[in-house]
Amino acid sequence: MTAYRRPTSLQEALALLAEAPRPPLLLAGGTDVYPARAAGEAWMQPSDRPLLDLSALPELAGIEERADHHRIGALVTWAALRDAALPCWFDALRQAAAQVGGAQVQNRGTLVGNLCNASPAADGVPALLALDAEVELAGRRGTRRLALRDFILGNRQTGRAPDEIATAVIVPKATPGARARFEKLGARAYLVISIVMVAVVVEATDGRIARARVAIGACSPVAQRLPALEAALTGLPVEAAAAIPQPEHLAPLSPIDDVRATAGYRRHTALVLLRRALSAPAEARAA
Amino acid sequence: MTAQATLLSVNGTARAVTAPGETRLTSVLRDALGLTGTKVGCDAGDCGACTVLLDGVQVCACLVPLAQAEGRSVTTVEGLAATAMGAALQRAFLHHGAAQCGICTPGMLMAATELLAANPRPTEAEAMASLGGVLCRCTGYRKILEAVLAAHGFLEDGRPPIMPAAGCAVGSRMPRADGLAKVTGADRFGADAAPAGSLWLRAVRSPYPRARFAFGDWAPLLARHPGLIRVLTAADIPGRNGFGIYPDIKDQPVFCEREARYRGDCLCALVSDRATLDAIRFDELPITWEVLEPVTLDGAPGGEALHARWPDNVLTTGRVVSGDAEAALSASVHVAAIGIETSFVEHAYIEPEAGWARRIGQRVEVFACTQAPYMDLEEVAGVLGIPQAAVRIIPSACGGGFGGKLDVSIQPMLAVAAWLLDRPVRAVLPRSESMVSSTKRHPARITARAGCDATGRLTGFAFEGLYDTGAYASWGPTVAGRVPVHAMGPYRVPAVASRARAILTSNPPSGAFRGFGVPQAAIAQEALWDRLADSVGLDRLEFRALNALRAGDTTATGQVLEHSVGLVACLDALRPRWQALRAEAAAANARGGVRRHGVGIACMWYGIGNTGMSNPSTMRVTLGPDGLVFHNGAVDIGQGSTTVLLQIAADALGLPAGGFRLVLGDTDLTADAGKTSASRQTFVSGRAAAAAGKALRDAVLLRANAGPEAKLAWDGSELLVDGRPLALEAPLEGIGRFDPPTVPLDANGQGIPYATYGFAAQVAALSVDMELGTVHLRRIVAAHDVGRAINPTLVEGQIHGGIAQGIGLALMEEYLPGRTENLHDYLIPTVGDVPEIECILVEEREPLGPFGAKGIGEPALVPTAPAIFSAIRDATGATIMRIPALPHRVLDAIGR
Repeated sequence: MTAYRRPTSLQEALALLAEAPRPPLLLAGGTDVYPARAAGEAWMQPSDRPLLDLSALPELAGIEERADHHRIGALVTWAALRDAALPCWFDALRQAAAQVGGAQVQNRGTLVGNLCNASPAADGVPALLALDAEVELAGRRGTRRLALRDFILGNRQTGRAPDEIATAVIVPKATPGARARFEKLGARAYLVISIVMVAVVVEATDGRIARARVAIGACSPVAQRLPALEAALTGLPVEAAAAIPQPEHLAPLSPIDDVRATAGYRRHTALVLLRRALSAPAEARAA
Repeated sequence: MTAQATLLSVNGTARAVTAPGETRLTSVLRDALGLTGTKVGCDAGDCGACTVLLDGVQVCACLVPLAQAEGRSVTTVEGLAATAMGAALQRAFLHHGAAQCGICTPGMLMAATELLAANPRPTEAEAMASLGGVLCRCTGYRKILEAVLAAHGFLEDGRPPIMPAAGCAVGSRMPRADGLAKVTGADRFGADAAPAGSLWLRAVRSPYPRARFAFGDWAPLLARHPGLIRVLTAADIPGRNGFGIYPDIKDQPVFCEREARYRGDCLCALVSDRATLDAIRFDELPITWEVLEPVTLDGAPGGEALHARWPDNVLTTGRVVSGDAEAALSASVHVAAIGIETSFVEHAYIEPEAGWARRIGQRVEVFACTQAPYMDLEEVAGVLGIPQAAVRIIPSACGGGFGGKLDVSIQPMLAVAAWLLDRPVRAVLPRSESMVSSTKRHPARITARAGCDATGRLTGFAFEGLYDTGAYASWGPTVAGRVPVHAMGPYRVPAVASRARAILTSNPPSGAFRGFGVPQAAIAQEALWDRLADSVGLDRLEFRALNALRAGDTTATGQVLEHSVGLVACLDALRPRWQALRAEAAAANARGGVRRHGVGIACMWYGIGNTGMSNPSTMRVTLGPDGLVFHNGAVDIGQGSTTVLLQIAADALGLPAGGFRLVLGDTDLTADAGKTSASRQTFVSGRAAAAAGKALRDAVLLRANAGPEAKLAWDGSELLVDGRPLALEAPLEGIGRFDPPTVPLDANGQGIPYATYGFAAQVAALSVDMELGTVHLRRIVAAHDVGRAINPTLVEGQIHGGIAQGIGLALMEEYLPGRTENLHDYLIPTVGDVPEIECILVEEREPLGPFGAKGIGEPALVPTAPAIFSAIRDATGATIMRIPALPHRVLDAIGR
């Protein structure tokens, strides 16, 4: 494979990938690939990795509703998600899409690219974890699905095999009336890398929580669901949810001190944001 | 492989581009198509300067591979005027003063165009969301928002802006004289032009804060990269391998010799074609390292000497002593004390350093972005070892400076390369290299104490500031000299002991940054007044008003302030807003909730021009065969001096400002106006411009044998004096020079450091989320005594921009070498971070100033951060001592 290729079918792309002597970098919106190049170039570390541009693959385009899930193609941008008419359980994901970067990044960056980049602060991950999303991976031997929690293995590490392409994210349907909310904490209004992110998806029957799914981002190498909290919430009246989160529910988190905040602050604010996110449905009803 | 041409439509014209498919669209537009209106600020999607429309949608062109633009429609700033709304938006930008330096302007225009195409009358919130991805460092965004919201109103009116009539320029809101090129993308910044056939230069920089190094054999590298023409090291410097602000301190080497003193220090430079340079890897370079332990501010004073010349690492000590401060403090009824620590702050001008140099015979020309062409000239001559007359500096349009482009950056090495190779050589710093290598605002550790009597009158003030001046002197002595003069603020304090020391460390050189250390000091000083006011039981504004300097007062340096001391007037103007905002905050707090509301206030004074040193300016106006020409050597870095000085010269002469041809900056064509710093151009160069205009007027009147009240006017290209054509046998000229009168400070800081001072007070209203520590600014009211507002729109623009930088200093900006070296980890305010700002212009005429004017550039920034911290204190009771007040620090402070 030469330095840059832009195939026009998935089959061609997979063939190029399989035959590549060196694994190429997969390119969609370029919002992670080009900044990484710039960072290297500033210290005279030019990238010589070939690029496989996926942007012309029709199989990766569009959002489709199917019987029990939605399929979000790997070329779907933040802006497309933000502006799409999607069921209510997508609200957290759409709120994340509206807050990532600025308008330019939203217009170019893709949700699946965000997953593949696997940053601990990836804005798309918490909401998708809370939706039990799966990543669709295509290889020459066929297509498989991997639960998102199994797809992102660590900081900048994924379960994508070198000869595979992440073609879509699959979002199972939630119950109608499910409430989803996203809270992002950063130190400025736009173009900000998250200090903490919280996503919740709450499904209720007759005012009681039938299923609550909660995920926290930027507080561990990979965003985490909080199973103990989810269990504690199940069966409670929706109005009671906000009072439930306690520090011990954050056990799966392992926040660090960095330039944006301290570990202790992250733990504290994760709890605050959780309570706020869980109080939102009640407030929304009151309003 | 033969690259196939990619077809795309650019501004409605079909273009074929032959370049690799992954080529950034910015490079395609700028390098292949010559459309340099699209700017490159970061190559990482962080700044939005390269925003273009791709099929009508705003994108960062730096993130778009050429292949993805195939068959699509690209619109750049050059194509904007072709649409009615695009042209209207450009007119709105000019009218509202929405472009300052102009480097973000094309990106802003394109982002706004996407919005206006769908929604010609957007709300402010919609405009913010559309502009959120474009960073501006000059304007504070407010005038950009105004222009975008008003653009639809400019659809009908296609006329050029109305220029003020003769004698009416001063005080008018005439649009920037250099504005049109900024809204069309025609302005030429450092990276936008270079002589044909220019080679490229790449600096090689130390990744270590402190290390000894040695070069090995360059032959293998040269063999591996046949395009590599030359490696330049210290041994190649024809003259002095050192530069620096002070004539006797040329301590920063162009290329290091054996030791690198900070991460980013320059070891050598490679010169070749661009492709060759881009392919060379750092680990190919024959450099061996001995990494040394860096020296920080903790260990520097009295620690291992970093420069033999300063064995205790103390570069400079500045001091002001008047009366017995310790005795006064002991005798005070109320005493307050505070300790604060601030961070490195990056200038973050959106234009990285760029330019070119070429040799012409025995002369050298340097075209680059700069704030100080004549200082560049002296440095280049010194480094090349040639007479100053053999150097010509041609300033490019300057895409923001804020003090960071006062020091030379690429100029000496470009000049050396061009001189030795006898070929033009250009360079453009990548964003991270710019951030790593350039100067910063000094981090400061300050302890201060103040006392007052039972009625709240100040009695004594003691200040000790330790300023981390980094690896080289740069403007460290200036900072250490200016801080103690200003440390007690614009107040009557009978006894003062203030000392600031600039300490050498292994950090980036701290240099000049809007305010020269005074903003850091003001944070400590204003916190003390809040505490004393509370102790006495006085309103915090009234405490300041009680102690404010007034005309006739004597300062701590022994200077009697005769005129133009407008602080009380500023406070009087703020008082009703202060009371109303306080009432609103109290009402909001009474409603309860997780947010606590607060209102803060801070004052400042700022000496205009150099501290106790000569800093003259010379301006020239000529009338001859090429018309009326204003030769203005003051560099406009966006603040507006080109316009303001023109307004002054025009009124002094008595002809309309629109009738001048401008010759700007070029050291071959203009006289030395001094540097664009210290808020001095309006005051110092303004006086020179007034004198030049007046001198030409006198020459004209003499030639016409007319009296002093004669009216000048144009009849086509003919000059009329009282209606009679003037016969010009020879060109006439008027030259004006001004050097503000000062008296150098003695060992105790006694003297007349500045000829005049700007005064200001700002009020900030905000709320703090008590659970998250996040701060939401609601409103800032800024009252500034500017002497006379030569151009109120530009003055407001300076205030807005200074406030935005003050917000950054207060709440988010923290440069950490090795960690926040890009514009996504280093945060500056976005359009959503600057609240509504009300500007109140107080005009206490300065008799020395042109038409009564003083400076505004730095005064705008100084009170903002202290006012914000005052408001946080008001809202929460917490005192911020570690700055910036990132959310976790605010929450910590609340918890203490």
